[in-house]
Parts: sequence; C-alpha cells; structure tokens
Amino acid sequence: MPRPAGGTIRSTAAAGRDLQLPQPRLAARDAAAEAVAGIVQRPGRAMLTMIGTILGVGAFVAVLGLTATGAGQISHQFTALEDTTVTVEDNGPANNTAPPNTNPAIGFPADADQVAGRINGVTAAGVWWPVALPQNASFTASLALGATSSQTINLLAASPGAVTAMGLSMAAGSPLTIYENTTREHVAIIDTTTAATLGISAARLASHPAVFVNGIAYTVVGVYKSAQRVVTDESAMLIPEDTALADYGNPEPGIGNQDEAQMVIATRIGAAQAVAKQIAAAELPTDPARLVVTSPPNPQNLQSQVSGDLAGLFLVLALISLLIGAVGIANTTLVAVLERTEEIGLRRAVGARPRHIAAQFLAESTTLGTLGGLIGTCIGVGVVVIFAATKNWTAVLNPVYTLPAPLIGSVVGLLAGAYPALRAARTSPLAALRHG
Amino acid sequence: MSAPVIELDGLARTYPGPPPVPALRPASLVIEAGDYVAVTGPSGSGKSTLLHLLGLLDTPTEGRYLLDGLNTSRLSDRDRSALRGRRIGIVFQAFHLLPYRSAVENVLLAQLYNQTPRGERLQAATEALDAVGLGHRLDALPTTLSGGESQRVAVARALVNRPSLLLCDEPTGNLDSANAAALMQVLDELNAAGYTIVVITHDPAVATHARRAVAISDGVLSEGIAAGHA
Repeated sequence: MPRPAGGTIRSTAAAGRDLQLPQPRLAARDAAAEAVAGIVQRPGRAMLTMIGTILGVGAFVAVLGLTATGAGQISHQFTALEDTTVTVEDNGPANNTAPPNTNPAIGFPADADQVAGRINGVTAAGVWWPVALPQNASFTASLALGATSSQTINLLAASPGAVTAMGLSMAAGSPLTIYENTTREHVAIIDTTTAATLGISAARLASHPAVFVNGIAYTVVGVYKSAQRVVTDESAMLIPEDTALADYGNPEPGIGNQDEAQMVIATRIGAAQAVAKQIAAAELPTDPARLVVTSPPNPQNLQSQVSGDLAGLFLVLALISLLIGAVGIANTTLVAVLERTEEIGLRRAVGARPRHIAAQFLAESTTLGTLGGLIGTCIGVGVVVIFAATKNWTAVLNPVYTLPAPLIGSVVGLLAGAYPALRAARTSPLAALRHG
Repeated sequence: MSAPVIELDGLARTYPGPPPVPALRPASLVIEAGDYVAVTGPSGSGKSTLLHLLGLLDTPTEGRYLLDGLNTSRLSDRDRSALRGRRIGIVFQAFHLLPYRSAVENVLLAQLYNQTPRGERLQAATEALDAVGLGHRLDALPTTLSGGESQRVAVARALVNRPSLLLCDEPTGNLDSANAAALMQVLDELNAAGYTIVVITHDPAVATHARRAVAISDGVLSEGIAAGHA
C-alpha cells in the first residue's frame, strides 16, 4: 500500500510563486498522446471531420500537380523544329499602285535572304510563294508522249535561301543554286512522289529529264525525299524565284489568298522569338507593317496561360474546401468541448491549468487537420500519378508545393481549434464536476 | 511536528448576488495528518462549497486556508493547480472516469500534469490499483466495470500521487450497500496506511467510519460528536 508523501510545503516567495512543488506542466509528448487518444476514441467522427481538409489539401496538390504535369507535357511537345521556325507573309502595299490585272512587286527586297541571314540566330532564310497557274494546268514529263500527267503538283517559287531553310533531304541531284536563280534557269527540284508519278527516275537525273508545265520545260536537277519546313507533306515542284517572276509575274499579295509571297526562316533553337521581333523592320524598313510575322507561341507563355486559366479556378475550389474543412473541424472540436466538460473539470481537478486544457484541444484539432492534410496530399499525388499514367505523360510534382501540403491541414486545424480551445480553457471546473 | 494538513481560519464563501448568498459562513477547523473526518449535513447546507474550497477548485471570499502549512488563499492559479495535482486527491460521487480509457489509463491521467517522470507513472498507477483491490482489472474499460469497481478506480486515481489529503464527495452516493461497504473498507485501509481523509456525506453509515464528525448546516460548520471506531 503506497503511503502519503506528506510534508510541510513552504512558499519561498512572499507572493507564493515559488512553491517547493513541481509546477503543473504538460509535456509536448503527453499533449500529443492525449490528442491522439482523443481522436482515436472516435475514429468515425474523426474521419468525417477530416473530409473537408482532405478534399481541400487533395485538390490543392492535385491542381498544382496536374497543371505542372500538363505544362510539362506542353513544353515536351515543343519540338526543336516548331520552335525554330519564323514565317513572314507579304500582306501587300497599303496603296496598290500597280496597273489593273497585275500584281505589285513582292514586299521582300531582292537581297531578302542575305538581310535575314545577318540577323543573329538565323541559320537560313528565303522567299517563296505558290505560283498561280491557270486552271487545268498540265504537268508532263514528255511533250511527245503526253501520257503521264498530274494535276496535283504544287508549283512553288523559292529563293535559294528558302530552299535551304526548307531543310530538304536530297535523294539525288542538288538543291537550287544562286547561280540558277540569278540566271533564271529553267530548272526544278521535285519530291520523290512527284518524280514517281511523272515517271522520272532519280537514277536518271544525269540524262536531264524535264517536266513541262503548260508547255514550259523545267529540267529536273534534284529529287528530295523529305523536308523539314513548308513542303513537308505535299507533292511539290520548286523552281527558282527569279525564273518564276520572269515566267509568271508577281504573286498576288495579301494574307488569305494562299498565293502571297512568304519568307521561311530557320533559326537556332530558342532564337525564334528574338528573330521574329526584328525581321519585319530589317526586311522592309520603310513599311514594316506590310509584313506579317508569325512565330511559334512562347512555351513559357503557354505554360503560364494554362496555369492561370485552369489552376486559378481549381485553387479557388481548393480554398473553399479548406474553409469548409476548417468550419468542420471547428464545429467538431466545439462539440467535443461541450461533450467533454466533465473531462475538462476532472483534468482541472488533477492539476491541469486552463492553458493545458486549451493545448489539449488545440493539439487535437491540429492533429485532425494534419491527418487530413496527409491523406489529402496522398490522394492528390495519387490523382496526378494516375492521370499522368493513363495519358502516358510524365507526372510532375513540385516538391516545394507537395511536401509542405500536409502543413496546410495543420494550419487549418490550428486555426479551427482556436475558439473551441478558448471555450474549453474557460470551462469552470466547478460547473463541470457538480453533476455527473 | 509538521503542520496540520488542513487549517481553516475564518474561511468563508459568499456567492455574489444579488442577493449575496453566504454558502459557507466563517469557519475554523484543524485537521491533523492521519485524521479521518466526516463532514455531514443535509442538501444545500454548504457541503459542496466546503469541498470545493478544500479541493482548491474554488477560492474563499474571506479567511485563510492552510494546506500542509501553506496559505493557499494568496496563491496564483498556477500554484493552486500545482497543489491540486500533487497534494490533493478528490473522489467524486459520479466517479468522473474517462469512458474510452482503461482503468490504468484513468489513473495515469492524474500524473499527467504534475511532472511525474514518464518511467514511474505506470508503476505508481499499478500500485494504486493494487491498493484498492483492482490489480487484476488494469486494462478494463469503465463501461465494463461495476459501480463499485469504478469508484475504486477513482480512489486509485486520487491516491496515485500519494496526496496529503484525500477528499471524498459522497463517495457511496451512487453505490449499493454492498459496494458502499467495500469502498468504505478501502478508505479505512487507506486511513490506516496514513492517509488523511475527509469524507463529505449525508449518509450516517458512512460517517460512522470516520474518527471525527463535523456537521454543517446552513453554512455553519460545527464540530460534531466523535463517532465511529476511533
């Protein structure tokens, strides 16, 4: 049988502040244990209480993760090619002074290729346009036979720089040269499909086969397999720019009529934006507005646009969920305080100070919030990973946002518990213990 | 010789009105270590007020209350909490056990706030439950305990800190006569072991166990007839 400790107590200070007794104290570890015990004894209620926080934190993590994943995917889709192409179109002069039924001179200067080439970041540049042919224009490999003809060939005029910028991969022969352009040679390069249609063998280029376009002969000097820009997926026949001007006249300017003169510019990776800003003024200092420049969208802008539109909405929803979660926790904790006045009174009777009572309920609500935050973070991460997996994307989760996400729940729980904890601390032990 | 456990000097409590209610008129009383005192009186006589004052759950409006020689009337709430947690054990009529905690956990609760080293708590709680004859039901939940057992857990909780004063408020009020008798035997044993016990009751059978009887009526405390087996 334990015996009473006994002994006289003395107060060493007049005010009685320093007793020879240990001051009442609630160790952090004990407070945490009490909080967990308080939650565990009502697991069902704890789960329901946490739902708001789970949804809020889960939505927060999922939204940030999904937007980051989506943006990552967008930047992934920006292949080097798309990001290295600038297109300039000739929209025509403001006042058309050309005689009726003729087109004004093209907006690009004669040395357009060289001007563009001087801009830092440009690897190749040149002017090209689809040559407007009359209806029923015929393409044949031989005037005599006239058998093999094709109506679906696009006749394009292209400067030597444009041919280079198109990035042709030659099957045989060579691309158009500056010499051929300046001397207005009747030469052409065609793609392998067109060559096959016309019955021109790449191996027979040495015999100088010709293609007759409405009777005008063009010697095929090269056959290309594939192209990086402009003529990537169509049958085309390229003839020198100056030859086309001599044979068919100026192209009709103006965006939308499909035949306007254009400039294709190949740039180094990342230089497209900078080149696009300079090209119009460099090519046509007197009337830069005549040239319409198209550059690939800035991937960074696209990313922030996606984050801005989508994430903004969902983050607001996440905030609302968190608010509902906070109200839920506050409500449950308040109910718990009212329910457990007897317990509060008893704890006061065994030496707890009001702040210990407050700390206990604060610890409970904070633990609830943290648990909700943890579960929500797990669900959010799961949603992002599953979504990315189904789309075959790479899941992107920024640890700066993801790792501290459970703490959002902690803060919600802490704030939500403030008022109930205050109520608990103010509970009179007398009233609590009077009736059982 | 150490100071008396309790020394009341004109202690009074008046509840503020209007009109002011003098629940306890100025009372003087000395209880020595090892005493076993029964405070009897009808309902509304001021018994509960006296219990709350002795248990440091309430503050007097007049007079002095010396516990173990220390004037408690001038103490801060913090020091009063320290005294409650270390020197006083209270047994309530309604037990006030936490329903979701086992017997031993309920006893451990009394050591939570008084800086009992963590490693010593379980042993002290087990010893206290042994002392009230519940050493075999350490892990039982209050819902599975009988009224008598519940009240003995409450007694164990009150004595786990080996307090100077064991305050019992109608300890048999919710018990049948057999359980009440068993509980009174526990209190007798504790008194024999040296505990100072104050029992507040309206049950004469309980009062007969005490060595001293103090009557309270209409807030006036008066030394009664020495009763019981003293």
